[in-house]
Amino acid sequence: MEDNLLTIHKLRTSFLIDGEFHRAVDGVSLTIHRNEVVAIVGESGCGKSALALSIMGLHPKERTRIEGSVEFQGQNLLQLSTAKLNQIRGKQLAMIFQDPMTALHPLLTVGRQIKEVMDVHLPLSTKEKKQRVLQLLEQVGIQTSAQVYQHYPHELSGGMRQRVLIAMALACDPVLLIADEPTTALDVTIQAQIMELMKELQQQSQAGILLITHDLGVVAEMADRVAVMYAGEIVELATVHELFHHPLHPYTRSLLHSLPSGQQQKLHVIDGMVPAIERLKRSGCRFAPRIPWISNELHEDDPVLREIAPGHYVRCTCHQHFYLPADRIGDETDAPFTAT
Amino acid sequence: MPLLQLHNMTVPLPQKRAFIKRAHSVVPIVDRVSLQLYRGEVYGLVGESGCGKSTTARAMIGLNRITEGQILFQGEDIASLSRNKRREQMKDMQMIFQDPYSSLNPRKNVWNSIAEPLRNFERLSKEEELRKVQALVERVGLNPESLYQYPHQFSGGQRQRIGIARALALQPKLLIADEPVSALDVSVQAQVLNFMKDIQQEYGLTMLFISHDLGIVRHMCDRIGIMYQGRLVEEGTVEDIFERPCHLYTKRLLAAVPEMDPDKRLKKLQERQRIQHEYEQQVDEFFDAAGRVKELRKITATHSAAVK
Repeated sequence: MEDNLLTIHKLRTSFLIDGEFHRAVDGVSLTIHRNEVVAIVGESGCGKSALALSIMGLHPKERTRIEGSVEFQGQNLLQLSTAKLNQIRGKQLAMIFQDPMTALHPLLTVGRQIKEVMDVHLPLSTKEKKQRVLQLLEQVGIQTSAQVYQHYPHELSGGMRQRVLIAMALACDPVLLIADEPTTALDVTIQAQIMELMKELQQQSQAGILLITHDLGVVAEMADRVAVMYAGEIVELATVHELFHHPLHPYTRSLLHSLPSGQQQKLHVIDGMVPAIERLKRSGCRFAPRIPWISNELHEDDPVLREIAPGHYVRCTCHQHFYLPADRIGDETDAPFTAT
Repeated sequence: MPLLQLHNMTVPLPQKRAFIKRAHSVVPIVDRVSLQLYRGEVYGLVGESGCGKSTTARAMIGLNRITEGQILFQGEDIASLSRNKRREQMKDMQMIFQDPYSSLNPRKNVWNSIAEPLRNFERLSKEEELRKVQALVERVGLNPESLYQYPHQFSGGQRQRIGIARALALQPKLLIADEPVSALDVSVQAQVLNFMKDIQQEYGLTMLFISHDLGIVRHMCDRIGIMYQGRLVEEGTVEDIFERPCHLYTKRLLAAVPEMDPDKRLKKLQERQRIQHEYEQQVDEFFDAAGRVKELRKITATHSAAVK
């Protein structure tokens, strides 16, 4: 398709642990189109942040091996030199980092930090840059932009700092924004404001967003398409409607059931733990050890991501036989989100 | 009689040491909060960060000094008790902390961590102590071998269960849980919440459950108090708060919870905008001239809110 912004093909990211490389991201392929929000969901350790940092080229080179390709505007980002990459990063490709408390430099004023991005990428005069910073601050909903311009990060609240980070990411009108847990550190009321703001700015600019989060509520509110990751792989990929109304993969269904919905007596608990990457068994269905009541024959030996319905991909055949035992979820059936 | 009663409790901002005492901000962290915890109930305290919910809990167990008001525990004013008497009383009140990574001493193994409260209050022989600790470890679902392991060898959920075992060691009457699952992943969160619910029912514990997550509070609690700027703005049963919220702030908080059905996104957004609009319109009715929350007023037998 012509409106492809970013095409990730068979991306593998391995980290050096105790003298050996282990894959944290294991063969991920994903496309993000123009004007689309794609969410990646998963628990900590599933490889979602490793994926984001691989796209941005922010992993330490000597300890990381990255294979596959990441196509962005006709170039493979993985093969570019640092100098070339620096021309793209911060300009067409920008990132909002997770923790607004640590992502800002404590010794520089907010204005100067936002301006820094423009110093690198935009041929504007100092005055024009300042103008643009003030305009950006207003755009992200900071009314007192002239004061905030001169503030240091510690003088701002968490929500304000997150707004500053968004302003910084938007400074050069990126076509693709990677947001790594943009609202995790914030209170619900501020989270709601930031989500609304990001959605609004995205619709204005027609940019694509890759949203990385563990919060299914944020996904339901923000995303157009969702990729669920487990142990370095995408296990389910679907539109947001499909994923919440007809979740298929056992992991997706287990996750949705472990959230309190206000009706169930008991929350579903997923057995065991996310395996550490150096101890992960890489053959067969990776989620099988955590659903022991599904017998081994029902899993594929070498599960692949298969298109079940148009645009809805699932890995492994075990989803056809999967059920949640009644004693694990109280008296409820396994369909909390079916359309009414 | 309630197990614990807070009566107009006030916790001031910590004062800086200065050569000449200067007048400081008059707004305390916790401002004349009154609440009752009845035996066997789970009371949820909800609010944004900085609203004073943790400080309220810390003041209850004596980690923060109060300047005004009273804390009555089992009918006795804690402040008026002698040192020894107070120590005896505090034994019945235990706390589970937010962060399982920093609330366990990394240089103590599980046995020593769990046995610490026992050693402080009870004289037990080594065998008795071991038997008690073993029973606790088993109750929270950890392996018997874990007694000799150290915190770094456990996952977040397991650590939180060690923290719970430690809090249960003295068979307290009141358990204070300060954001017990906010540092955990969803699936682990479910495990710890289920477990806390079991324990609460099994021992008939009274629990103060502090959280900023309304979904979890709804799942866990019988009654809920909403805090804002150091004051209670609304208090009631789960149904009162979720079905019939009265205070603007409560409505705003409820509207901010993400909608789990992607098809209802637009509706939710409109609702938020409507409530934001309402908020701006009616701010004077709910807050006094200085922007402070008004006094709580009873609406029904179980429900009260800070409205005119």
